[in-house]
Amino acid sequence: MIVEALIHLVKVLLVIGFVMNVAGLLTWVERKQSAVMQDRIGANRADIFGFRLIGLFHPIADGLKMITKEDFIPPGGNRFLHTMAPFAAFFPALIAFAIIPFGDVLRVGGRIIPLQVVDFNVGVLYLLAVGGMSVYGVVLAGWSSNNKYSLLGGLRASAQLISYEITLGLSIIGVLMVFQTLQLSEINRLQGELLFGFIPKWGVVVQPLAFLLFFTAAVAESRRIPFDQPESESEIIGYFTEYSGMKWGMFMFADFIETVTVAGVATSVFFGGWQVPYLFADGFHFPWGSIVALPHLAVILLQVASFVFKVLFFCWLLMTIRWTLPRFRYDQVMRLGWKYLLPLSLFNILATGVVILALQAL
Amino acid sequence: MSTTPTLKRPARAKGDRMTWWEAIYLPEIFRGLAITSRHFFSNMTGHILQLFGLGRNLQPAVTIQYPEVVRPLPERTRTLHRLTKREDGSPRCVACMMCESACPAFCIFITAGEHPDPTIEKYPVRFEIDLGLCVFCGYCVEACPEDAIRMDTGIVELSTYRREDLLLTIDQLLKLEPVDRTTPRSMHPIPPREGDGTWSPPGVEVPTHLRAGLTRLSGDPIAVGSDQPPSS
Ligand code: SF4
Ligand code: SF4
Repeated sequence: MIVEALIHLVKVLLVIGFVMNVAGLLTWVERKQSAVMQDRIGANRADIFGFRLIGLFHPIADGLKMITKEDFIPPGGNRFLHTMAPFAAFFPALIAFAIIPFGDVLRVGGRIIPLQVVDFNVGVLYLLAVGGMSVYGVVLAGWSSNNKYSLLGGLRASAQLISYEITLGLSIIGVLMVFQTLQLSEINRLQGELLFGFIPKWGVVVQPLAFLLFFTAAVAESRRIPFDQPESESEIIGYFTEYSGMKWGMFMFADFIETVTVAGVATSVFFGGWQVPYLFADGFHFPWGSIVALPHLAVILLQVASFVFKVLFFCWLLMTIRWTLPRFRYDQVMRLGWKYLLPLSLFNILATGVVILALQAL
Repeated sequence: MSTTPTLKRPARAKGDRMTWWEAIYLPEIFRGLAITSRHFFSNMTGHILQLFGLGRNLQPAVTIQYPEVVRPLPERTRTLHRLTKREDGSPRCVACMMCESACPAFCIFITAGEHPDPTIEKYPVRFEIDLGLCVFCGYCVEACPEDAIRMDTGIVELSTYRREDLLLTIDQLLKLEPVDRTTPRSMHPIPPREGDGTWSPPGVEVPTHLRAGLTRLSGDPIAVGSDQPPSS
């Protein structure tokens, strides 16, 4: 009993530590990567005793700055909700990762440990539900600030989030139809199968259109450029204008955590999660017949490494997208969501159904 | 019957409209991502190679690490003013007020005194430039008939913590030296103000009515940086 609880605690700490650290590092990656993409060097001035360490102290400096800044609540704003809103934005972003498996089951000393914090059999629904909650933080922040522009920003944000949630959900349905389950660990396991004996049956292989739709909608859900219309910090002002200090920092950090979460979900649902191509529970089985046997622990380590690598790759991709594309105008955001993505995701479901029926009839 | 004026649309330039391929957006996104990723990977390779002392000819970043590395200024850049001197060290300036009149920002303030040498006639008791107002146009240099004022010190870092320090007096202006053109830029600090801000030829007493305080610093603090032309 105690051991069970301890194992769970360790898993929770591992996942939270991973998400928080990657998100914290992303603030550094964002600066450095954008700099390298634009032929610059990027932030490198923060130092401790003269050591600069390629700017790695900047996240710490940022944190210190935000913690020590004045925490301002606008007069006429709702004190309670104004304080709650950053938490309401932060919390759903953080707990979504609990459902994502980062490895297959680990067997040590007769104990079976699934490498996942919780393994709901309605995992995908949980993801969508938690994702849907993030709209509360945004709307509350806009409303409780007693600033009409913040309120408008909050409304823009909620309209955008709700519009893209539909596509998000519908695009995942295609995957669910293929794998016939809502349980993420099961979806991951099924992605280890081979198509025609040599193509890994990853979500992106069987549902390429769904992946594009999902990825677009997920970027919109994480409210980053090109979909940062709700914030638009550079000209029209957004929902967290009236925030300062660490509360503002929490909104920013929630965005980074959402980036990690989007990367995690995309990996898990569409890119095989912890699957390594041709790696099975007892080692590599290559399609040309050769077999490399591996001990159980090595297989698990490879799987976890593969998961982490994929998540980091998607973080990199999201950053590259963020620093490549210009922002959509608001009407373009809405048009893209309702007139293109939504019909396409419905079409995807239809096409998937037809293909599945045709395959059954064969 | 009244006719409604119709607004004529300008003809669309070729390439104004997106082609279908561009309008579906996705291929163009991939093109953009390809460009930025190409920069990312080639610059990253350069950075990593240089970490190991290789690839010296690569230039992964075009930026200059400013306070450590300064970029040479173009030769004719107008930098901080100085007053030129005669062989004996006295200012060449004859207090003709040409520069003061030419200055569009009204930031030169000259008080003239009578020079004992009748061929020189006048000398500047005070010569002050308020850099807080100066727009570095160089008109003062062009106006001067005596080549007494130049903008060739190579000093461009002029920030101070106090507005008063932006008012340069004659002793400061005389102490400044022209930049050595072989060095990229003068990193000399502006010399501190000394004395009461007046100058006089050896053996000449500054007339007492001109002694009192700095012209722009005396009495009314609002006078500093005021945009009023000097009431002379
Ligand atoms: S550079 Fe122009 S603004 Fe400055 S003192 Fe000379 S004339 Fe006046
Ligand atoms: S600096 Fe030149 S223009 Fe100005 S008062 Fe002196 S001599 Fe005349």
